[in-house]
Amino acid sequence: MVVQPAGASPVALESVEKRFGDVVAVRDLDLQVRAGEFLVLLGPSGCGKSTVLRLVAGLEEPTAGRILIDGRDVTDVDPKDRDVAMVFQSYALYPHLSVRRNIEFPLRARGVERAQRDRLVLDAAHALALDDLLERKPAQLSGGQRQRVALARAIVRRPRAFLMDEPLSNLDAQLRVGMRAELVELHAQLGITVLYVTHDQTEAVTMGDRIAVMVAGTLQQLGTPEEVHDAPANAFVAGFVGSPPMNVVPATVHDEDGQLVAEVDGGRVVLPDAAAAAVRRAGLQTASIGIRPASLRLSPAGTIRARVAMVEPFGDVPHAACRLPGGQLVLVQLDPGHRPRTGEVVTVACTGTIHLFAPGDGRRIDAG
Amino acid sequence: MPADPERRRTVRRHRGRRARRLGEAASGVALMAPALAVFATFSFYPLGRALWLGMQRTPPFPNLPSHFVGLSQYGSALTSPAFTASLGRTGMFVALTVPAGIALGIALAALTQRQLAGMRVFRTIYSSTVATSTAVASVIFFTLLNPQVGLFSYWLGIRGGTGVLQNPTWALPAVSVVSIWQNIGFTFILMSAALAAVPEDLLAAARVDGASAWFRFRTITLPMLSPTIFFAAVVGIIGAFQAFGQIDLLTQGGPNDHTLVLIYLIYRTAFVNNDYGLAAAWSVVLFLILLVLTLVQFRFLERRVFYAGA
Repeated sequence: MVVQPAGASPVALESVEKRFGDVVAVRDLDLQVRAGEFLVLLGPSGCGKSTVLRLVAGLEEPTAGRILIDGRDVTDVDPKDRDVAMVFQSYALYPHLSVRRNIEFPLRARGVERAQRDRLVLDAAHALALDDLLERKPAQLSGGQRQRVALARAIVRRPRAFLMDEPLSNLDAQLRVGMRAELVELHAQLGITVLYVTHDQTEAVTMGDRIAVMVAGTLQQLGTPEEVHDAPANAFVAGFVGSPPMNVVPATVHDEDGQLVAEVDGGRVVLPDAAAAAVRRAGLQTASIGIRPASLRLSPAGTIRARVAMVEPFGDVPHAACRLPGGQLVLVQLDPGHRPRTGEVVTVACTGTIHLFAPGDGRRIDAG
Repeated sequence: MPADPERRRTVRRHRGRRARRLGEAASGVALMAPALAVFATFSFYPLGRALWLGMQRTPPFPNLPSHFVGLSQYGSALTSPAFTASLGRTGMFVALTVPAGIALGIALAALTQRQLAGMRVFRTIYSSTVATSTAVASVIFFTLLNPQVGLFSYWLGIRGGTGVLQNPTWALPAVSVVSIWQNIGFTFILMSAALAAVPEDLLAAARVDGASAWFRFRTITLPMLSPTIFFAAVVGIIGAFQAFGQIDLLTQGGPNDHTLVLIYLIYRTAFVNNDYGLAAAWSVVLFLILLVLTLVQFRFLERRVFYAGA
């Protein structure tokens, strides 16, 4: 048993930068994964999240900064000596080896003796219900079974951390929901540390203890799913996290009888006190206002004019996509039983929290 | 013609279908005819002729009639000391040429797999022997190995005397080296393509799993290359059995028959000794050996589909 420095993070990145030629894939990234945590790196494709994983695994070298595993600087350490396991989107199973030999591979590569190897392989296979498939070749397995083999191969040697690169994105939708639950259970059961990459915000909010949102190589926000959802750091996070995503509309702000009013395309919204104070403090004339679809209703008392473009009548909560006069689409939650016609002219009322984002960098300026 | 109109229509439809099928068959035959004619003239007829010739005993003097001896000549062809000796030398030639050629091809392909500046230059150089004929390769090495003016002799500090090609021990290995050199371009291209087809993720996974470079090569890369290695081996063996040009240009089977492989024995028996019957019998044996090798290869090529599915 290796004695770990007290409180050392299993995986930590310090001011890490990665360039590919002129392209900055990861910019000045500081990130600490806590022991036993399920941390999700969330972002659109091409945002650099997979590069972060490959940097931690040692498959890429950072241009600047340090990578620490258990407090040890591994920036220049070979992947095989970092003691992490990685699950690939393609599963990367060795096609010429049986399931047993695939799971056994990391142990064989590390020179674990035969008897112990056999025992550990059976344990890992049992944990993922692969007992009856040990002699099959990967080509004879279904997608879900291959996924399980990849996971078994990762857990078999109990590494310091698990790196997972979109492991569920090759599965069909039904299987994905099931595997999500299994991964969360496996994580709880084994108490392992997971750094998990996905572009699917539903996956992120359902599985992650914390979520790190990345855009264009830069970390936007790190927080629990609730924090990221309810208090997004900026307009981008607001528009990316949440299903359906938040509506973000540009506005000009002015004082009117002691109240702050935001003029938007098609109407106006009176800002609540907290938001108004923030705008006054910052002395802003323009801002973007962000309102979740759940905080909007179609109502005769509404203050914003729009035309119904499309109705999504199914699911737990029906929505209408409404087009503002200027062309932008705004998603509005519908009251049960209310189904407007396409093309109908409606007015939209705001019934809940309004977020404000600064012009330019999109930083959120309303408190709370 | 049946009276019932419904039945009549059916009959007419059937006739139409049969006519169409006949028409298709006719155009199929027409399309195959040129290829069939070429094969018949240059492959099937000579093959039949060789089989027939192999049953004739050629008289020791020209212009005497040959007489039919049937399959007995095949029996004596198989047991003659000249045949067994040359088959042994052919086996030796294959053993010297094929494994070394494949190993060298894999090594060069692995070395040029890395994305470094100037790698294209090396790839071009290594594949260039594909565009070189056996005659050119032989002349290059004939000059290099020449005991008076050759560069190899100079490097080895040998002046004058008998050259490598005249040395009973080294003549066959020297011919092997020429063959390896000439085939390296083809093997290099094959192995480069096979290496490039090994999924990047597999090697990355093996690295993270703790495998050293050698362990990765041995347990992942080499097994993934195995269908290509097998293909290269069979093609190489067939090629080695048919290696005629380099032997004819470099040693003519000498010194003292030390490079007298089967194909050259056949050539010498037929066109120097004028014993067409015996040469034909041996060439049929050579054909059967190569046929078996080809069948083995086809059988295996069907199995390699397995890797693609994974």
